Amino acid sequence: MQVPAPFEYERATSVDQAIGLLERLGSSARLVAGGHSLLPMMKLRLANFDYLIDINPLHTELGYIRFAGEGAGGEVRIGAMTRHRELLESDELAAAFPIFRDAERVIADPIVRNRGTLGGSLCQADPSEDLSAVCTTLDASCVIRGPGGAERVVTMEDFHVGPYETAVGDGEMLTEVRFPLRPGGGSAYEKVERRAGDWAVVSAGAAVWLAGDGTIADARVGLAAVGPNTTGIPEISAALRGREPAEDLYEQAGAIAARSCDPATDQRGSADYKRHLADELTRRTLRTAVARARS
Amino acid sequence: MQVTMTVNDVEVTREIEGRLLLVHFLRDTLSLTGTHWGCDTSNCGTCVVWLDGEPVKSCTVLAAMADGHEVRTVEGLAKGAELDPIQEGFMQCHGLQCGFCTPGMMMTCRALLDKNPDPTDAEIREAISGQICRCTGYSTIVRSVRWASVHEAAAAQEAGAQA
Amino acid sequence: MTTVEEPRTSTFDDNDQKPVGFGRMLRKEDPRLLRGRGRFTDDVQLPGMLHLAILRSPFAHARVVSVDTSAAEAAPGVKAVVTGETLKGLGLAWMPTLSNDVQAVLATDKVRFQGQEVAFVVADDRYAARDALELIDVEYDVLDPVIDVRQALAPDAPLIRDDLEGKTDNHCFDWETGDADETEAVFARADVVVQQDIVYPRVHPAPMETCGAVADFDAVEGKLKLWSTTQAPHAHRTLYAIVAGLPEHKIQVIAPDIGGGFGNKVPIYPGYVCAIVGSIVTGKPVKWMEDRSENLISTGFARDYIMRGEIAATRDGKILGIRTNVLADHGAFNGTAAPVKYPAGFFGVFTGSYDIEAAYCKMTAVYTNKAPGGVAYACSFRITEAVYLVERIVDCLAAELDMDPAELRLKNFIQPDQFPYTTKTGWVYDSGDYEPTMRQAMDIAGYAELRREQEEKRARGELMGIGISFFTEAVGAGPRKNMDILGLGMADGCELRVHPTGKAVVRLSVKTQGQGHETTFAQIIAEEIGIPPADIEVVHGDTDQTPFGLGTYGSRSTPVSGAAAALVARKVRDKAQLIASAMLEVTVADLEWVKGSFQVKGDPGKAVTIQQIAMRAHGAGDLPEGVEGGLEAQICYNPSNLTYPHGAYICVVDIDPGTAQVKVRRFIAVDDCGTRINPMIIEGQVHGGLTDGVGMALMEMISFDEDGNCLGASLMDYLIPTALEVPDWETGYTVTPSPHHPIGAKGVGESATVGSPPAIVNAVVDALKPYGVRHADMPLTPSRVWDAMRGRATPPI
Repeated sequence: MQVPAPFEYERATSVDQAIGLLERLGSSARLVAGGHSLLPMMKLRLANFDYLIDINPLHTELGYIRFAGEGAGGEVRIGAMTRHRELLESDELAAAFPIFRDAERVIADPIVRNRGTLGGSLCQADPSEDLSAVCTTLDASCVIRGPGGAERVVTMEDFHVGPYETAVGDGEMLTEVRFPLRPGGGSAYEKVERRAGDWAVVSAGAAVWLAGDGTIADARVGLAAVGPNTTGIPEISAALRGREPAEDLYEQAGAIAARSCDPATDQRGSADYKRHLADELTRRTLRTAVARARS
Repeated sequence: MQVTMTVNDVEVTREIEGRLLLVHFLRDTLSLTGTHWGCDTSNCGTCVVWLDGEPVKSCTVLAAMADGHEVRTVEGLAKGAELDPIQEGFMQCHGLQCGFCTPGMMMTCRALLDKNPDPTDAEIREAISGQICRCTGYSTIVRSVRWASVHEAAAAQEAGAQA
Repeated sequence: MTTVEEPRTSTFDDNDQKPVGFGRMLRKEDPRLLRGRGRFTDDVQLPGMLHLAILRSPFAHARVVSVDTSAAEAAPGVKAVVTGETLKGLGLAWMPTLSNDVQAVLATDKVRFQGQEVAFVVADDRYAARDALELIDVEYDVLDPVIDVRQALAPDAPLIRDDLEGKTDNHCFDWETGDADETEAVFARADVVVQQDIVYPRVHPAPMETCGAVADFDAVEGKLKLWSTTQAPHAHRTLYAIVAGLPEHKIQVIAPDIGGGFGNKVPIYPGYVCAIVGSIVTGKPVKWMEDRSENLISTGFARDYIMRGEIAATRDGKILGIRTNVLADHGAFNGTAAPVKYPAGFFGVFTGSYDIEAAYCKMTAVYTNKAPGGVAYACSFRITEAVYLVERIVDCLAAELDMDPAELRLKNFIQPDQFPYTTKTGWVYDSGDYEPTMRQAMDIAGYAELRREQEEKRARGELMGIGISFFTEAVGAGPRKNMDILGLGMADGCELRVHPTGKAVVRLSVKTQGQGHETTFAQIIAEEIGIPPADIEVVHGDTDQTPFGLGTYGSRSTPVSGAAAALVARKVRDKAQLIASAMLEVTVADLEWVKGSFQVKGDPGKAVTIQQIAMRAHGAGDLPEGVEGGLEAQICYNPSNLTYPHGAYICVVDIDPGTAQVKVRRFIAVDDCGTRINPMIIEGQVHGGLTDGVGMALMEMISFDEDGNCLGASLMDYLIPTALEVPDWETGYTVTPSPHHPIGAKGVGESATVGSPPAIVNAVVDALKPYGVRHADMPLTPSRVWDAMRGRATPPI
């Protein structure tokens, strides 16, 4: 079996202590949470670090799903160490954002979900990663804490700087992700994979917010695995706002999704096929999201 | 570095390298070779053990991470001579052939039954979907879990009747 | 009749309660495996044991300019670093393959595939050994690789095997079977001829346990003890003797518990030899275990056949002839594990289960810069490829004739009164009764109802497919007159010893990798001599403890060693009868055998049990004239023919028209493996093979980029089905005993792997009929199905 190169193991005792360690050790150190992306890469010697800072003990501090305020202006705050399983099992979260449960059912596998975290998923910044697409769809923002407890909040668009690259700097840590609560919402997620547990061939998330008259007040679509990074598509939002939900509207959105993405041909499928899926899954998730918003 | 953890109810303390994987700690350091490994990428689930009662892939957990925690392996399933119902189910329903994925499968299935004593076939399949068996084709594993579920329910009823 | 083998609710004592004979019996091997007390190769820990790690080539084709090991040698914990040059000095740089080719143990001149072994490190622990690999500095002169098999014989193709004297191209071998002229004549007069290019891509057995070994060379005794993941311990021992020059009696090969083999653990890999050399060099026990990537990129792959199939028939659906042309990719070395006279394995059975007038196959095999192998993954020596070809091309014919594929098959089956049936390629099918098997599968499936449902769904634009395959396998290699591997005949030894108290030990030459030998062989012996299976110890896998034989692969354990076990038990019984006649003071002719005892005919009160006879055989008092004491026998069984199991498989798929994802909804498998020893184990063998079929048909493939980088180098990339991709299997059976096997058994280990891929592909193609699809190659990933739906299906290679 592959084994990682030598490194020093450090155990985090608090968020600020972990940030202190990061500050002191610089780029030779890396945080490890669930470890399902990082440790295999280190075992295959594709990544090497002198120090690993184990933040699993911070689950008590950063493992939470909290509702702050209700209706417009309210938000859901999820700690970065919240594990996939907790996201999957939270009925409150599923009620507010059904997209989470849709997505968590198809992320990796149940054993990995016992260990993997929201923060780890986002910080890995894999363009095929599902939770990034969920967060993009829900217009989430990320709380990044730095030395001295200084916090800054960035949008998902700003969080992902590029493939495997985030806005989290040396000596900083993603601590929380915030999701605005808006009335009349519904959301959904669909993933096409070659096999259970595989990374997405393409995934799509959709969220819609219906006005009192049944028209679409706002809508967002987030795609995974169709470009360098998880893609939110503003053009779709613009096309849907103010319109009556209908099949031809979803088709229009699907067409925008297909032409807005930039997939590559690889083992998972051809670029043409992925473009088709961006279209197909956009339509499907919008359909479901609207149905859920109505119910 | 030094780690202390409870493995199958026994506290152990060892000096280890920070990079030592939990699966190697169990197999090589403690000679608990019932836990196997089958890949390097946490895809196969052959190495599943419990960490604080939850199934994890021990090839992707550092031994250091288990410091201060509780680990349970296949060696800790049976109570002495008495097999756990999940073990007996695997035997009765031919849920194993080469036996290599079996320890990991059983740890996952035991945890499933602890949470959900009467799972549907679909729930059983979902629970083991992060683990690969190359021999059985899974149907007999599903039957094995059902067997354990039914027999545990019957045993519980009997115990209740006697009480 | 369907087998509904409900798990019984009885207790754990099944093994003891089952007195004798065939039928469901819980496995004797399970208690240790369930407790984590199995002993697999990586579980072997010896005092002072060192660990070995192998440095592999990152390039598919390159000249090795230099290897600098100085930094690695100085690294902490490192005990030895060995290169190809070191081995060359010992005459061990090259070793023979199972196909009379040679393969580099460690590269000296060139590397010829990505992942080829270049050097190894022996160190105190596996972490230190792995770390030291980073410190070995190899300078390569990178050469153009041959990756596209179709270009391997192009005049300007780079020469891969310049190690072979006089070699000027990448040609490996040519092979043909059948009669070209006769076949041409049949095709010329046929009403209908259908041709289809069919690719069986490269796949990998990927057993859950990778390959590995622990070598312990005792320099004082001059004895090598080797624990290794081998399906063929005796064949390996002889090969080590040849390679290493060690005397055979000073080599003990032990195959402990094996975590699945599927043919992956038949060849000898350089790693095993490295472990031996490592132990000799350091004087310590040395362990080598592959990681998963090493397993996938360097050990025995399977298939990689590019086939052109042609079938000729009358307008009313009588098949006249089948013809095929095959281009076979054998990788960098011909490591095919097949009988010497069968370089294409048993591909010659590509005429399938049909009574036809002519057949012909022409094959060209080539070298490419890919890992060696070819015969693995439960293929029954290439019968997977043959069955896939014939069952796919028959479906193409059904489509052309607009005939139901079940009806077309039923119309062309070899009839029961034609057995033994000699095929147009010279195989003598021992027995078969195909129609009842086919009918049973159709009954379980509710075939007519499924077709009605399909019609309704098609009208609604839904995609549902029903696929059929009917296979005949040739297993149990094989008769020594024409089958050997590297000169070793394929007969199997077996020894049975009954102890004074009537307990017994049977020693086998074959080795289980999960098939349950410890159970089924005890049942065979029990059936023959009446000693309960619980009282029979099955010893296997240790060359010092067992008689010679060629091992477990090609579904040969039951057909060959199973026959040996039955016959050795009969020898013991014959002797027991002599002793019984003395004990009962009657003639041998006056005795009859009643499961477990000899009785005087007509006087059931006068009888002696096998246990009583065993005590007498070892005890005091005279034995009949000419009878020696003890109760034991040995045998070396040479099968007179192969056995020919058959089966009918029906697969039902649904395809999402929007995403092109295939869901296997149902799978019905009706197998006929002759006499059934343990139905529970048979069902398990079938289930496993069906899952392989789903894997190959839908997701598994080892592919390469144009530079020869393997793209399936981890289980992230090489996908194997989980419980969510397969249905709850539906099985049935018929029983057509083999006439030449002592208990009529035929073997079943690979039937489902052989038979299921065409059923699944046929189902997918059937579902896509509204799109005008006649063929699509595996693996049928969503993307490839989507391409097929748009009329642009492409071969995977």
